[in-house]
Amino acid sequence: MSIDRRDFLKKLGLGSMVSLGGFGFLKKMGGPEEAIASGATLETADPNKVRWGMVIEMGKCQEGCTDCISVCHLTHNVPDHGNKKDEIKWIWKTGYKHLFTNEAHQYAQDGLPDKPFLTLCNHCDNPPCTRVCPTEATFARPDGIVQMDFHRCIGCRFCMAGCPYGSRSFNWRDPRPNLKEINPNFPTRERGVVEKCNFCTERIDKGERPACVEACKEGVLTFGNLNDPNSEIRQLLAEKRTNQRKPELGTKPSVFYIV
Amino acid sequence: MYNAKIILPVLLVFLGLLTYPLWSQKASAPPVLATPLKGEHCIESKDWMRANHMQLLEQWRHSVVRDQNRDHVATDGQHYNKSLSNTCLDCHQKEQFCDSCHTYASVHPYCWECHFDPKEVNHVH
Repeated sequence: MSIDRRDFLKKLGLGSMVSLGGFGFLKKMGGPEEAIASGATLETADPNKVRWGMVIEMGKCQEGCTDCISVCHLTHNVPDHGNKKDEIKWIWKTGYKHLFTNEAHQYAQDGLPDKPFLTLCNHCDNPPCTRVCPTEATFARPDGIVQMDFHRCIGCRFCMAGCPYGSRSFNWRDPRPNLKEINPNFPTRERGVVEKCNFCTERIDKGERPACVEACKEGVLTFGNLNDPNSEIRQLLAEKRTNQRKPELGTKPSVFYIV
Repeated sequence: MYNAKIILPVLLVFLGLLTYPLWSQKASAPPVLATPLKGEHCIESKDWMRANHMQLLEQWRHSVVRDQNRDHVATDGQHYNKSLSNTCLDCHQKEQFCDSCHTYASVHPYCWECHFDPKEVNHVH
């Protein structure tokens, strides 16, 4: 097959038109930058919609107290496998330096880097875990809670790789043998699925507050609607200086800390 | 046909072996399911539930987990909490009801890998 100069130029022109057109089409569809920028903020939030969030006042938290952790693990049938590798975490305590990785510098306040801080899933406004999940087993509800649908989880652990907070745990083993007490009203998980804090969706849907918030006697945890400027949580956020974990990543966590 | 004297009997024996599972066992009657411990009627008619309970449960799980809708309105207008453990098994018994028919029909739903029969849990603990 031979091609003359005229035909070659015609085809070249046609080819560049098609590829430029395709580029324009992709631009119209919105690239990844646009998807990141679409997360709602406090300024753009609709006050008629609910957006759940939490403030953790670490100054009030008693060292050694595990009331919130035990009530959560009892409510949601979280097993204790007794070793770090198989550990399942919904809400737990870990050193300040692990939570605020950029702030625990070499001259930090005495004892602060190792002080146990309470942590849980941040229920991000722009959650990376839901974007990487291939089966949509994890998704953000309209009220902002990042929920797991255990029925759909295939255990690929992309979400665990995506989560910058280590809030997700994988069931390497059947959880049932290591449950000290069973709450029959909440299911356990199967071996091979990922789990995490669900902000007590089963209680919120009934109009109750999360179990950890109710269990805390010191009032460390404040839970409420971030879209409502008059809510307790928004008052607290307006009054005090609060931190988010790793805000530079743009995940927009819904859990705030008063250090 | 060549060698019909050998081929035909062997063929018959082969067909007999092939169809052995079909004629060897008498068709067993469906199990008699235990009547629920409480409650006067199910959320829908018995026949409808027998044919459609799996679709209903699938719709329930989808709407509870993904659409935050936990309220089921039955055809008679009554409201029910969409929950296998807390509504269905509040009346029914897992072993004598669910399991006995599922075993007979040779279906293996994986509900119980995660969900409990509250009555059994309370019995054990």
